Amino acid sequence: MELCDLSAFVITQQLRQKKISAVEVTESALKRIEAVDGRPGMLDAGSLTAEDEKKVHAFITVTTERALKQAAEVDRKLAAGEDPGLLAGVPVTIKDIFCVKDTPSTAASKILANFTAPYTATPVERLEKAGAVVLGKVNLDEFTYGSSNESSAFQPSPRNPWNTGRVPGGSSGGSAASVAAGEAPLSLGTDTAGSIRQPASFCGVVGLKPTYGRVSRYGLIAFGSSLDCPGPVARNVSDAALMMQVIAGHDAHDSTTANVPVMDYVKSLDQDIRGLRIGLSPDYFRIAFPNPQTGEYEIQALPAEIETAVRRAAELLAAQGAEIVENVPMPNTKFGIPAYFVISRVEAASNLHRFDGVKYGYRAKGPFQDLTQMYRRTRGEGFGPQPKLRILMGMYVSAAQYSEQYYKRALQVRSMIRRDFEAAFDPQGEHKVDVLLTPTCPTTAFQMGAVYGDSVLMQYADQLTVPANHAGVPGLSIPAGLDQDGLPIGIQLLGPDYREDILFRVGRAYERATENDAWRSEKPQVLR
Amino acid sequence: MTEYEPIIGLETHIQLNTTTKIFCGCKADSWFDPPNTNVCPVCCGLPGVLPVLNKAVVEKAVLLAAAMHAEIRDLSFFDRKNYFYPDLPKGYQISQFDQSLAKGGYLEVPMVQQGYTRRVGIWKLHIEEDAGKTKNEKGRRMIDFNRCGVPLVEMVTAPDLRSPDEAAQYLMRLRQLLRWLGISEADMEKAHLRCDANVSIRPKGADFLNPKTEIKNVNSIDAVRDAIAKEIERQTRETEAGRKIEAWTLEWDEDAGRLKKMRSKETEADYRYFREPDLLPVRLTAEWKAEILKDLPELPLERRQRFMTQYNLPEYDADILTGERKLSDYYEAAVKEFGGDPKKVSNWLMNDLLRMLNDRGITADQLKVTPEFLAQILKLVDGNTINTSTGKALLQKVEESGLAPQVIVEKEGLAKVSDDAVIRAACQEVIAESPKETEAYRGGKVTLLGWFVGQVMKKMRGKADPNLARGILEELLK
Repeated sequence: MELCDLSAFVITQQLRQKKISAVEVTESALKRIEAVDGRPGMLDAGSLTAEDEKKVHAFITVTTERALKQAAEVDRKLAAGEDPGLLAGVPVTIKDIFCVKDTPSTAASKILANFTAPYTATPVERLEKAGAVVLGKVNLDEFTYGSSNESSAFQPSPRNPWNTGRVPGGSSGGSAASVAAGEAPLSLGTDTAGSIRQPASFCGVVGLKPTYGRVSRYGLIAFGSSLDCPGPVARNVSDAALMMQVIAGHDAHDSTTANVPVMDYVKSLDQDIRGLRIGLSPDYFRIAFPNPQTGEYEIQALPAEIETAVRRAAELLAAQGAEIVENVPMPNTKFGIPAYFVISRVEAASNLHRFDGVKYGYRAKGPFQDLTQMYRRTRGEGFGPQPKLRILMGMYVSAAQYSEQYYKRALQVRSMIRRDFEAAFDPQGEHKVDVLLTPTCPTTAFQMGAVYGDSVLMQYADQLTVPANHAGVPGLSIPAGLDQDGLPIGIQLLGPDYREDILFRVGRAYERATENDAWRSEKPQVLR
Repeated sequence: MTEYEPIIGLETHIQLNTTTKIFCGCKADSWFDPPNTNVCPVCCGLPGVLPVLNKAVVEKAVLLAAAMHAEIRDLSFFDRKNYFYPDLPKGYQISQFDQSLAKGGYLEVPMVQQGYTRRVGIWKLHIEEDAGKTKNEKGRRMIDFNRCGVPLVEMVTAPDLRSPDEAAQYLMRLRQLLRWLGISEADMEKAHLRCDANVSIRPKGADFLNPKTEIKNVNSIDAVRDAIAKEIERQTRETEAGRKIEAWTLEWDEDAGRLKKMRSKETEADYRYFREPDLLPVRLTAEWKAEILKDLPELPLERRQRFMTQYNLPEYDADILTGERKLSDYYEAAVKEFGGDPKKVSNWLMNDLLRMLNDRGITADQLKVTPEFLAQILKLVDGNTINTSTGKALLQKVEESGLAPQVIVEKEGLAKVSDDAVIRAACQEVIAESPKETEAYRGGKVTLLGWFVGQVMKKMRGKADPNLARGILEELLK
């Protein structure tokens, strides 16, 4: 076990006890990157080598010097007796969708490949202020548009550390892969439909989508502005809580952040769960999927292994005193993806307008006949297929003649999904649930190339995660064992607005109950 | 020949005079600044930035909406208006669409010379951010982002205006109101107030609307009047010649004094409006609204009417005295302080103080002749302590020195001399020095008396009580 395999919590403890130094921890993480990451994502990567296929490729940019300087500063503060911050000396990776001053901030797109941000995103700024050591920027689906990372313009795209033939999930695939491979104990990701929870689930790590407005979006290159949530990826629940403690809270730069006090998440971790009401919903044990031939919805059961993992978790939590509430109806879950398809694309198309070759980023080579040609060629060459699909769809459903039947309707569906949650969590309601326990994903990590190219199928990977984004409620994915192929299974906890503390508490209780499980001592393939 | 009636609607963009821009901390007005100096990641639309609403913008817009007698929505929303243009850095403009801050309203436009008042309906009143400025220079397109994020109110009238004069009057009344409310500098030359005009004509008495043209790029009130007049002439000519008016967008070429066709408008652009997810709705609580409207002053037209009834002023005086808020506040303070005939105060203001203001380029509140001092001077004249011409000279002296009128009168001995002996001596001197005139007077040319009085006044540097002097002269010249 290397220093970089320690949890963030342990690192901060040992650092304060002067058993280790921040520079040592950082060097250990950089060494791990060297060992497992392979070549970083790049444009024009050429074809993959056999060596490439065994590596993680989490990173686009490793900021070695910056990291070592930050680590040295933490050590200096410790030596001087100054408070180095809650996350002092903990290496973190940042999804390359956040702006970090003076570093390339690419969104994994050719159109921003040459963009260096002149300012730092609020959550990154808070991490750095708390003493975290930023190792660099990790890969993602282009502009976060995907669930596998394969759509990144920076290749090779990340691979699943548990099996490098599998995808890490997405869009925060680089975040989840870097944490799973021990390159950093923590990563900052974003979740618009499941983009933190799904890759966390695929890579066997913990991922939290906070309540909308709990963590500032300032500096996050927007996808679906009404859905985007920055959040932590960690190796255990305590570390996620620690990181959340640092990044959560109101930000004067983001008017959609809430003026609600931030809970003491760390303190909530070791409270017991006696009396908590944990709901199970049949609507989360099946997926609805449109038949590609007929367009009709077909209902499919989940793989047994996944449902079993959830049911076992419920039993273990019940054994610790929680009450299990069966049959909580969440009838609008199945409409989550279609509504998301519309809302997110309308916002995405608009958010992509600013990439026009005028001010920053890629511009096609001239001369141009006119302005329109400059726009067309710049955007045609700069955007990959996923942004283009989103622009097409977004422009279509927001056009004056279609907006009513698509966009307005999708917004209504969104309210219905929100009401499902309100009813389930209503303290005066029928079910009075404190948290819902569900699977995170309908599958474990799929093969590289198996789904990529079918954008509709790819989107359905988010079916069980997207309702939380529509409703704005928080969701936590935690590892709950391995399937028959040795791939991680994730389970999800969903709670009411701003009650991340309950999710951490229940997640921690599950960790305690399973700490002696055999799968907990299994290591990802790249670390074996 | 058919008689035609012009149908005119105006679309105005009003730059609010906030210190900072609408969604970031950059300085709002850049008129005197070089390009791209008042910019930041937010107003330049860098990746990842978010807007934060400047509350002062809402407050100023609420004042305007109230002054327009519009319904003010307690809950209004921002929307994205999507279109591509190089000086629109985000590729969308943050504006308000279907649930804007205000609904309806009107502005009364008195046509003083013609003797009627036109009520102009307001169709649209909403808050939005400005875009940047594009300039074509030597085949290169130059962009200045200073103006991005400057707070605007877009206000569109109903097609209620019926002549170029009415359009000009509307803009004058709007400008007056904006300055009165203190929410915009409303300077058209500096683009604080921008105007596009929609113009069509129809046979007088008809109740349908013909296709309209839109005139852009008119930078002064005179230009608006001229451009509309030209366009009415053109449309009349075309219609008379049996040709159809097409929905063109025209550009006013100020130097040439003519309209140029910019483009034909075949279809309405689709801006794909949707709610701006980065901003919360604007919630005007009852307390906030009350707090804002506490500052809503008596409006110029109301005050104009009141001056006519309360102070018995002619419409002409009332109009000028309510042209500008500080002037009218000044007038009213002086009237109160004076306690005498309000018309007298008006005369002094309109004849002397207005010239002083114009010459020195200042506003009434900056005068050293405060309303109190003006009232004192008027009282001195009314009480016969000084004569009118001394009073007028005193105005200048007070303005130059800032001293109280009474102090100057005493220091410089400006008070009228009513000492019979002193005046009598001066009269005797004048008579002695003017044998020819004395003879003429005594010979029956009594109209010369005025001349004698003038000579006495001259001798006494204007301080003599002219009535006393007249009596003494009459007696001595008998």
